[in-house]
Amino acid sequence: MLGKLSWKAIPFDSPLPIYASLVVGLVIVGVLGWVVVKGYFPYIWKEWITSVDHKRVGVMYTLMALVMLLRGFTDAIMMRAQQAIALNAPGYLPPEHYNQVFSSHGTIMIFFVAMPFMIGLMNFVVPLQLGVRDVAFPTLNSVSFWLTATGALLVNISLVIGEFARTGWLPYPPLSELAYSPGVGIDYYLWALQISGIGTLLSGINLVTTILKTRAPGMGLMRMPMFSWTALASNLLIVAAFPILIATLAMLLLDRYLGFHFFTNEAGGNVMMFMNLIWAWGHPEVYILILPAFGIFSEVVATFSRKPLFGYRSMVLATMVICIIAFTVWLHHFFTMGAGANVNAFFGIMTTIIAVPTGVKVFNWLFTMYGGRLRYDPPLLWAIGFIITFVIGGMTGVLLALPPVDFLLHNSLFLVAHFHNVIIGGVLFGGFAGYNYWFPKAFGFKLHPGLGKAAFWFWLVGFYVAFMPLYVLGFLGMTRRMQHYDVPAWRPWLVIAGAGAGLIAIGIALMIAQLVVSIRRREELRDTTGDPWDGRTLEWATTSPPPSYNFAVLPEVSGEDAYWTMKQHAREGEPPKLTAFTMPSNTATGIVCAFFATVMGFALIWHIWWMVILGGLGAFATFVVFAWRDHTEDEISVEQLERAARAPQGTQLAGEVA
Amino acid sequence: MSAAAAAAPSAPEAPPEGGVAPVRIVVAYGFWIFLVSDIIMFAGFFAAYAVLSGATAGGPSGRQLFDLQTTAIETGCLLLSSFTCGLASIAADVRNKLWFTVAMAATFVLGSAFIGIEVNELSQLIARGAGPDRSAFLSSLFALVGCHGLHVTIGLLWLLTMVAQVFAKGFREDIMHRILCFTLFWHALDIIWVALFTVVYLLGVAA
Amino acid sequence: MDQPHTGARLTGRAFPLLRALMALAAVNLTGCSSVVLDPKGPVGAAETTILYNALAIMLVIVVPTIVATLVVAWWFRASNKRATYRPEWVFSGRIELVVWSIPLMVILLLSGVIWTGSHALDPAQPLRSTAKPLEVEVVSLDWKWLFIYPAQGIATVNDLVVPAGTPVHFRLTSASVMSAFFVPQLGSMIYTMNGMATQLNLMADHPGTFDGRSSHYNGDGFSGMHFTLHAVTPEQFAGWAASAGQGTTVLDAAAYRQLARQSLDNKPFVYARAAPGLFDDIVRQKLPPAPGPPPGPRTPPAEDNRHAG
Repeated sequence: MLGKLSWKAIPFDSPLPIYASLVVGLVIVGVLGWVVVKGYFPYIWKEWITSVDHKRVGVMYTLMALVMLLRGFTDAIMMRAQQAIALNAPGYLPPEHYNQVFSSHGTIMIFFVAMPFMIGLMNFVVPLQLGVRDVAFPTLNSVSFWLTATGALLVNISLVIGEFARTGWLPYPPLSELAYSPGVGIDYYLWALQISGIGTLLSGINLVTTILKTRAPGMGLMRMPMFSWTALASNLLIVAAFPILIATLAMLLLDRYLGFHFFTNEAGGNVMMFMNLIWAWGHPEVYILILPAFGIFSEVVATFSRKPLFGYRSMVLATMVICIIAFTVWLHHFFTMGAGANVNAFFGIMTTIIAVPTGVKVFNWLFTMYGGRLRYDPPLLWAIGFIITFVIGGMTGVLLALPPVDFLLHNSLFLVAHFHNVIIGGVLFGGFAGYNYWFPKAFGFKLHPGLGKAAFWFWLVGFYVAFMPLYVLGFLGMTRRMQHYDVPAWRPWLVIAGAGAGLIAIGIALMIAQLVVSIRRREELRDTTGDPWDGRTLEWATTSPPPSYNFAVLPEVSGEDAYWTMKQHAREGEPPKLTAFTMPSNTATGIVCAFFATVMGFALIWHIWWMVILGGLGAFATFVVFAWRDHTEDEISVEQLERAARAPQGTQLAGEVA
Repeated sequence: MSAAAAAAPSAPEAPPEGGVAPVRIVVAYGFWIFLVSDIIMFAGFFAAYAVLSGATAGGPSGRQLFDLQTTAIETGCLLLSSFTCGLASIAADVRNKLWFTVAMAATFVLGSAFIGIEVNELSQLIARGAGPDRSAFLSSLFALVGCHGLHVTIGLLWLLTMVAQVFAKGFREDIMHRILCFTLFWHALDIIWVALFTVVYLLGVAA
Repeated sequence: MDQPHTGARLTGRAFPLLRALMALAAVNLTGCSSVVLDPKGPVGAAETTILYNALAIMLVIVVPTIVATLVVAWWFRASNKRATYRPEWVFSGRIELVVWSIPLMVILLLSGVIWTGSHALDPAQPLRSTAKPLEVEVVSLDWKWLFIYPAQGIATVNDLVVPAGTPVHFRLTSASVMSAFFVPQLGSMIYTMNGMATQLNLMADHPGTFDGRSSHYNGDGFSGMHFTLHAVTPEQFAGWAASAGQGTTVLDAAAYRQLARQSLDNKPFVYARAAPGLFDDIVRQKLPPAPGPPPGPRTPPAEDNRHAG
């Protein structure tokens, strides 16, 4: 009846996850109870959960990323604590638990923090920057988000029911095959990623179509803001790379569920094929994450230098070159497989070539600042912190791209330090810059700048204290993922790294404080102009927060830096004629779909076949019901538009005009 | 609406670029991108097949297993169904419900025949001890063919839903968009099958 | 441990800071060492040299870039009235040319290093030496290392004895999951995979004792999966091999199956006789892949199953 599921699946014997999930469960129940008691539930259901507004979906993506960041960071703290004490000692986490912790840390940070953070910001900003009213397929957008949330939910369920993968964030076979990992941990990993991966793919299709087919009149491709360009490149990579991930994970699932032999030791399976396939997705994935961050920095550096981006065309070219070369470097993740000198040399050289456009970007940001008037608000601080950190991370990356050096440092803590250097210093700093930069646009008030700066400094210093020791440890020969070790010389460095994680924890606490303080003092931080930073792109041309339809009249674009140009040439004239238009209605399709996906995923993990069929039928029924709707759009009348135009800025409540 | 309302008029010399494309174009374009991604996913399975086609682990090879005659009939069914699917989209364009239904029914029958033959063939292989658990080669074969078969099955389900929708709602604009997407999907499956037939069956027998 | 490591013989000349750091890290080391930047063989030495060279090439660009970023960001702060504001300065063909060509030239230079380095240090490439290489066959098991000496007819677990100054040619495979063979101070790591053999050539210049381990995560016993490499004089090696062959323990298919079962933290062990062709049988899967955890409720594998059979 319940497949493999029984009471034994709940780890009563290891109290840590039980207590942790009890606390989380209580918090969730508390929040839900508070929401219901206060009568907010209808608002949240109507305006958020069922919303197809790209801004709402973007905010929900970002919120999910920040919440999951806390979960992933908890894992990080646990690992640092374990390694700080596990010199010739078992520490407090046994291997089977420690191995789950680093696996879930990597999985969560990549798939449920970095990805939703970037996708959330793209979702929120891109249609505004393009001067249009929504993404190409708003309902699909909501479905994408909720599928990603399903994946995150499944990963968190694994904390209480069963276990998570113990193979690292990429489940290399044959370790991940049924013979060597008979538990449900890998299945949690695989289904969570399949479901959220489909969500990501759909989101990529959606944004590519949005950028290529819906832009404000006059906005040719070469007038698109840099962030939209990088979003295009990133989503093209999603469309090209995620199908490979889906196919690869499907093969591993077939191996585990139906006895196929894609990657098994037996019957001719080929583990090297897994590594090639997974990295053919995995390396583009790195650029999927970093390219939008590059775009954010381009916007931030230009805005806060009060100058247009230097060498815009060069930057576009660099972005697209990265986009293409991203697919030709995957083998550098396994130089040590013994592929032969020519193959290794080719992929090593391709990998270093990708550093060229990245270097160009760094120099162009530098020249954007040159001759500017820099305002040191938090977004710019994150940008400058990024440039310096990322240059170091890029350098260590090129070192690892040299096969002879990789033979020494592969899979060591040097590698761990390198990719944290580029992912924290690049993607996360980018996300934080974007969060500080676009927050007033989303909510109508700025984030508290003082606390933002304090958070930045703790993050920056914490990052260096936490990860520079790992470079040293790599030189000292320490391999990653060690639950205990016997080399006394490693320990001081691990303790320092732990202290760095502590500094980052303070940085995170300050960010939470920043959010709380900003909400409480929102009246003094209120943005009444819609353009708090003296922005250059179209998202600043509408109110903060924007109405559900973004623009009453689509702006006409006559050059690069569309809004800056408008401000330069602004003149009093006839207000443009308002005409009525329609916006897609909200729908519960996304959340209902996610509900059935969760049911199906859970049932598949535990081999509860009747429930799988039920979930499948439910999902199909949801689509039929969605397709059967007669009322799919709401009209926004001229009267509504006029009323909105008369209302003083900054007094609109979120969702009032919807 | 602050500055958006006061948008500068476009310079007369600038050619009108950008702008929001009509819904039909946006929908078709988006669906094309989806098809591209789907084809990339198939490329993954094709690549796996290419790598593993020699890994028979002492089991049967393609040459011993494939029966070109049945597969040729199968292929014929699918190609014909693509033709009838085209007829259906023409019928939809002229809003002819009868011919639309007839053509869709023909598509459904041909598609079901394709699936029937395929399921029969694969179950015979399993019965002969040449199932996907026999060797990596057979795993990749079953996955590739099965993935295509799954797509066709989903297509059939979609087809029925489309016919039901046309009956319930008529040739409404959004339903026309969906019919367009469906026909694109069906033709794409055809193209993938042609590649599959060539790579797996023709080359497999020749090898 | 024959030679307690002092960290005094570092080769990197250009990096006094790194050197000092490594020396600092290595003092008080009582056991053997695993400091990558303190190579004890030609492969590791060549690889660290490439590392230093590449680092030097890149620092030439990276340091000025970081300094320039800080200087520009500070000088052009809004409150600095002496800085000139150039809001229209957005493009310069000359600068773009320089901006593209600087990284390009660095990469060209590095590409040369990559091409020659990849070929010179290809793990399968035999080392230049007058001495005839010693053949060693390596099998990674869950979670211990098996070393077979085909010429000597002996085998060891978690202990690798090689003659210093003599190249060693390794053939490597895995009994079960993927692992990686790595002796940090000798250089080059390489993966071990079931059903296939990889190759590696290493040499220790002088006698010494070095840490070795799996540098690829491979399951619950991963952290305890290390071995010690003893580089001894050729005479000592011959003596050791002869005495190792004196015992009665035999590594045949049955003993291998026993050994291949999952176990943790194995102590070093010697087989006096290793059945010939065992390694090739493992590679060709004539000996089937090792089992994973036994079915049933999860129990931690035995600490050391050596004497169980």
